[in-house]
Amino acid sequence: MRIGIDIGSTTVKTVVLSDTDEVLFRAYERHYSLVRQKAAEQLRRASALFSGGQHAVPAITGSAGLGVAKASGLPFVQEVYATAAVVRERLPDADAVIELGGEDAKIIFFGGGLEERMNGTCAGGTGAFIDQMATLLDVTVPQLDELSLRHEKIYPIASRCGVFAKSDIQPILNQGGKKEDVAASIFQAVVDQTVAGLAQGRELTGKLVFLGGPLTFLKGLRERFIASLELDDEHAIFPFDAECFAAIGAAMCANGKDAEPFTDIMDKLESAVDESGGESAIEPLFRTQEEYEAFARRHAAAAPPTADAETYAGDAYLGIDAGSTTTKLVLITAEGSILYTYYGNNKGNPVSIILEQLQTIYDRFGSAVSIKGSAVTGYGEELIKNAFNLDMGIVETMAHLRAARHFTPAVDFIIDIGGQDVKCFKIRNGAVDSIMLNEACSSGCGSFIETFAVALGYKIGDFAKLGLFAGAPSDLGSRCTVFMNSSVKQAQKDGATVEAISAGLSISIVKNAIYKVIRAASADELGRSIVVQGGTFLNDAVLRAFEREIGAEVTRPAISELMGAYGAAWTAIDAAGGASHAEGGTGPNVERSPTLLSSEELKNFTHEARPVSCGGCTNNCSMTVNTFDGGRRFISGNRCSKPLGAGASSEPNLMKHKYGKLRSMEGSGSGTGERGRVGIPLGLNMFENLPFWFEFFTKLNFEVVLSRESSRQLYILGQRTIPSDTVCYPAKLMHGQIESLLEADADAIFLPCMPYNFNEGISDNSYNCPVVAYYPELLAANIPGVKKARFLIPYFGLHKKRGFIRKSAEYFNKEFGIPANETKKAAKSAYKAYAEFTSEIESVADGYIEHARREGKHILVVAGRPYHSDPEVNHGIDELISSLGLVLITEDAIARRLGGEPRRVLNQWTYQARMYNAARYVLEHGDMQFVQLVSFGCGTDAITTDELRSILESGGKLYTQLKIDDINNLGAVRIRLRSLIAAIGG
Amino acid sequence: MAQLVYDKTGRLLFTKEMKRDYTLLMPQMLPVTFTMMKKVFELYGYKIEMLTTNHRSIVETGLKYVHNDTCYPALLVIGQLIEAINSGKYDVHKIGLLISQTGGGCRASNYIHLLRKALEKAGMSYIPVVSVNLSGLESNPGFGLSLQVIRRLAAGMIYGDLIVWLSNQCKPYELEKGSTDTHAAMWTERLVDMFGRGRGLRKKEMRATMVEIVEDFSKIETSDKRDKPRVGIVGEIYVKYAPLGNNGLEQFLLDEGCEPVVPGLTDFMIFKINNRVVDVDLYRGYRVKKLVAGVFQRYIEGLQRGMVEAVETKPAFRPMGKFSDLQKLIRGYLGYGNKMGEGWLLTAEMLELIHTGTKNIVCTQPFGCLPNHVVGKGMIRRLKDDYPDSNIVAIDYDPGATRINQENRIKLMIANAGRQPTGG
Repeated sequence: MRIGIDIGSTTVKTVVLSDTDEVLFRAYERHYSLVRQKAAEQLRRASALFSGGQHAVPAITGSAGLGVAKASGLPFVQEVYATAAVVRERLPDADAVIELGGEDAKIIFFGGGLEERMNGTCAGGTGAFIDQMATLLDVTVPQLDELSLRHEKIYPIASRCGVFAKSDIQPILNQGGKKEDVAASIFQAVVDQTVAGLAQGRELTGKLVFLGGPLTFLKGLRERFIASLELDDEHAIFPFDAECFAAIGAAMCANGKDAEPFTDIMDKLESAVDESGGESAIEPLFRTQEEYEAFARRHAAAAPPTADAETYAGDAYLGIDAGSTTTKLVLITAEGSILYTYYGNNKGNPVSIILEQLQTIYDRFGSAVSIKGSAVTGYGEELIKNAFNLDMGIVETMAHLRAARHFTPAVDFIIDIGGQDVKCFKIRNGAVDSIMLNEACSSGCGSFIETFAVALGYKIGDFAKLGLFAGAPSDLGSRCTVFMNSSVKQAQKDGATVEAISAGLSISIVKNAIYKVIRAASADELGRSIVVQGGTFLNDAVLRAFEREIGAEVTRPAISELMGAYGAAWTAIDAAGGASHAEGGTGPNVERSPTLLSSEELKNFTHEARPVSCGGCTNNCSMTVNTFDGGRRFISGNRCSKPLGAGASSEPNLMKHKYGKLRSMEGSGSGTGERGRVGIPLGLNMFENLPFWFEFFTKLNFEVVLSRESSRQLYILGQRTIPSDTVCYPAKLMHGQIESLLEADADAIFLPCMPYNFNEGISDNSYNCPVVAYYPELLAANIPGVKKARFLIPYFGLHKKRGFIRKSAEYFNKEFGIPANETKKAAKSAYKAYAEFTSEIESVADGYIEHARREGKHILVVAGRPYHSDPEVNHGIDELISSLGLVLITEDAIARRLGGEPRRVLNQWTYQARMYNAARYVLEHGDMQFVQLVSFGCGTDAITTDELRSILESGGKLYTQLKIDDINNLGAVRIRLRSLIAAIGG
Repeated sequence: MAQLVYDKTGRLLFTKEMKRDYTLLMPQMLPVTFTMMKKVFELYGYKIEMLTTNHRSIVETGLKYVHNDTCYPALLVIGQLIEAINSGKYDVHKIGLLISQTGGGCRASNYIHLLRKALEKAGMSYIPVVSVNLSGLESNPGFGLSLQVIRRLAAGMIYGDLIVWLSNQCKPYELEKGSTDTHAAMWTERLVDMFGRGRGLRKKEMRATMVEIVEDFSKIETSDKRDKPRVGIVGEIYVKYAPLGNNGLEQFLLDEGCEPVVPGLTDFMIFKINNRVVDVDLYRGYRVKKLVAGVFQRYIEGLQRGMVEAVETKPAFRPMGKFSDLQKLIRGYLGYGNKMGEGWLLTAEMLELIHTGTKNIVCTQPFGCLPNHVVGKGMIRRLKDDYPDSNIVAIDYDPGATRINQENRIKLMIANAGRQPTGG
């Protein structure tokens, strides 16, 4: 007999095979981190099979099995290898296997060269991800599955990594999207992730076998796979035993090795159980109960004044914080005493929670209390404001600042760790100075601990407490949650206790916030008066870890989790008291509207959320139309003001202007087009160089065909051939752009390799980044279609004009037989056209600046790369900016107005050098502000961001960074921009 | 503390006085090679301390002082240096830091600046940082690479490559455990000693010494069967070589019963020199530059040829490839203009490994490494198309990536290797 034990990230599977490969025993259970114990326990249950003293050959497999195998001395079989073995045996005609596990996703291709792939270190879309999403929706996984089967539409959800997807889902929920649709969209994201992240250019066709827990148990997930890959019953195989395939495979692979008595195997496994590894050097959070009590007492002191809610009669103010996962609400007196609070998961529907709470408040306080003002903040701000006719909506940062001031008037640093996000901001001269939000890759926040607690079978409160006195907290690193998952796996493997893991998670979250979000070296950098807040800080382990890490004592208000709401309520008080109110200077965007719905009006309250596609332009944004009783209406998910109808503000926008100009560079121009059609993908540095190449080719009598306008669909079109899932989104889009040119059937596609950019005399060197420079070569190697097409990717250097003129003459003579003189003329003309284009952009910018000054508007310099003008890359941030009443110009339009200057970093990339100069230019102009667009995964911006910040701060300007990816969610962007506007008093 | 002198851009210089009084701390990348290079510097009057620390707190320190999205090697190297400064082992007013700077469009050219920023952040901007580069970046009155120094460093590099290459072929099969390491250590010491006496550095002497080294390694007793799967290691230069960067990858492969094959540093150096020649070919520029680079390239290629010929004196050893072989192999895959980071060389090394029967390859890179999107991960598909039996796994290294995850992937590659007949 043979024994296979598969120890995965969340489950243990044990099988016993007969000598004829018959399954005699199988077990499948979650191990709740008790990895070795559970494996031994399962095996013990099979002992009856060996009552006659039979021998067996054992093998262990699985991602968490390696450690157990090492400790016990039992042989290890790699799990993908094991799975391939069993599929080859049982389903010999399979073309590919897709297996999703707790944390791993795998694809095995058979035939035509066996290939086996596992997800990289940055990839979520797996079982653990689905668990996390279910928690988010407040349903069980089976319920999630059922919901998904009733969906009507699919929302685009970022598929790369679980954390990203999460921040896509949150706003959909908060804005009233239906759970059914969200559930199906989650499964679709898993499918996209698998196809994009793993297939990497190899088509998933033929007979596909689906394995692993999630694909065994979730019908909705299966359905998405079948629909997306266009499979029929014959080509989609869901084998019985699918969840135990790796274990069976391990047993099969165990063949041929020496058999040993069952009791020996049992002994080896059990003796490994007791071995506890892991050399954590981390100090316990608290050594004694006394130490803890002193700590608790100190923090209990920061509490709001109390009022007797039972007897209070008079005015009150309502504050609501409609956060991403939770809804917070407070009702306070004009002195800030708390009358009523609510804190709860919004269960994906904040509107119904607020409705219930308002009714409760009216019932409870009746006529004794009259609500004089109300304000709402948070992700759901606009939805809630519109639903219940609140007085005002304010940006979160302002609400938090207002509340923090109440407890520590001199506060100069606030950190808020909520369920979904970390928000930090410094306060300088009474204004929010720099805002640091966790970018989507690192949100190791509250909900992460919660998901983990649940996965390990605990309630969050109990789980957190476990860590307080853990002797040796696990060292889990400090990165995004997906990485943390594997760190926890490692700790489990090393035999860490649940207590140690709990403490380790608290410490990780704190480290993540300090080193990843704030990036501080010491507490002095944060500030003198630090206020910490947010639900996660209610967890004493996190609070302790934070104070320990920064080496200072901080203020945690007793209403830590309610601070947003408390600040909103205070803002309502300030507004009611007029601008003269002492502490009022935060200047919220006061929009006077009818007051809060009354008790009577609530009785007739109705809310309907309807998903629609906006037809306003080619973006076809997915929007949600919320309609309430009495005709109140709120549209969410829109990127521009178009669907809102006329009257919406829209200021000049240089990005839009540039984009329009570039898109028009198509056709034969001044030439005849007789030499044929040249396809040019409008992406990456073509956003810079198209004016050059358009002139060049049309002068040579080619017709220029541009790739289709970028969109999510275009991205998906090329998604399968992306070999590196961590490259930036603009580069990923190139795959779709090339595909679209192949479809357009151009005679040739032209995309030169350009390590060097124009030298504008403002930097030490004039490089492009490595991705821009060489991506053409990657496309040539990975897109099957270009192998049959004429894909021209010569190395050209426009920085050396004479060299280019000569080299291009040679090249086009060889490729197309064009006489050298003709090419040389075209090249010269191209240089001229490029220069004209840049000076035209500069003069348009002048016009915009003048307009702004005339109208008294703020000018926002949006610094990034030329390709950030692509609406699919910037997701309409430019439109958002102009709808907020700011005049937008781009970095390239002002960069050349200053000469070069030494920098503290090697200033060697042309695009990046422009940003440094633009920042310097902004310093000289009081009415200009600066934001930087950063594509996720852009390595060079790891260097530019710190440098730009220091340039701007040296002149007392704010540095704002907007990080963008394939996520189509402007929530965080909006917070940043509105905070910026509030800070500059716009 | 020496007097602090700055240049006109405000950069703290490493002065002659510092050369006399200060100890320069340098990170380690290739244990054998860097030991010899250190010795060369010492011959010229520098006091050098090579850091071999490898505990977890290096990463923590790096995370604290460097932008977290910066490449992992920068994080490690800077973390290691800052940690050493903070260790209390050195008089902080009597140390300088030595760091290499490649130049070129990759982020790596910026390590030195990030290091300075980190020092500033730690309140120790009085510590001078010295750039070692061949691009003429950042000169210092107290530090210079004369032609003689460069030639000696080149010699150290060649010897280092040879010893590592031979060790990797002996170690998996040695009958007496540890005997290969003993030989390697003996030779490192002996060469360092020879350098000290000004010996073993001329071309002719080098050839003789290399033949002697090969002869000596051939005496290590090994099993007759060379049946272990050979696994090549390519990648971003730091995580490819440095055990600190790749979690001891070579040792892991040895423990898993494989024979690691690690292409040497020499090709990388020639590659970097050759880039200058190519730039002039592709875009035009100063012919003199091309000429000078060409001379230098041919010089190192000559040394490399000597090394290959030395290995060929013992048929039991597989010789390494030559730079010119790599240049031929890459045609049709990537242009010679692909020069940032490891550029076309990385793909060429994979091709060479495949062509010489090492079809199992670990392609290492720091998480999010920009050039490797193209030359590493970006070329695997194509290699797989052209060589269906190639077996390549790309591994990302990063402060958060756990060893278990990396090892699991490498194990999968090894499991597949086991199913194929071992090459060559």
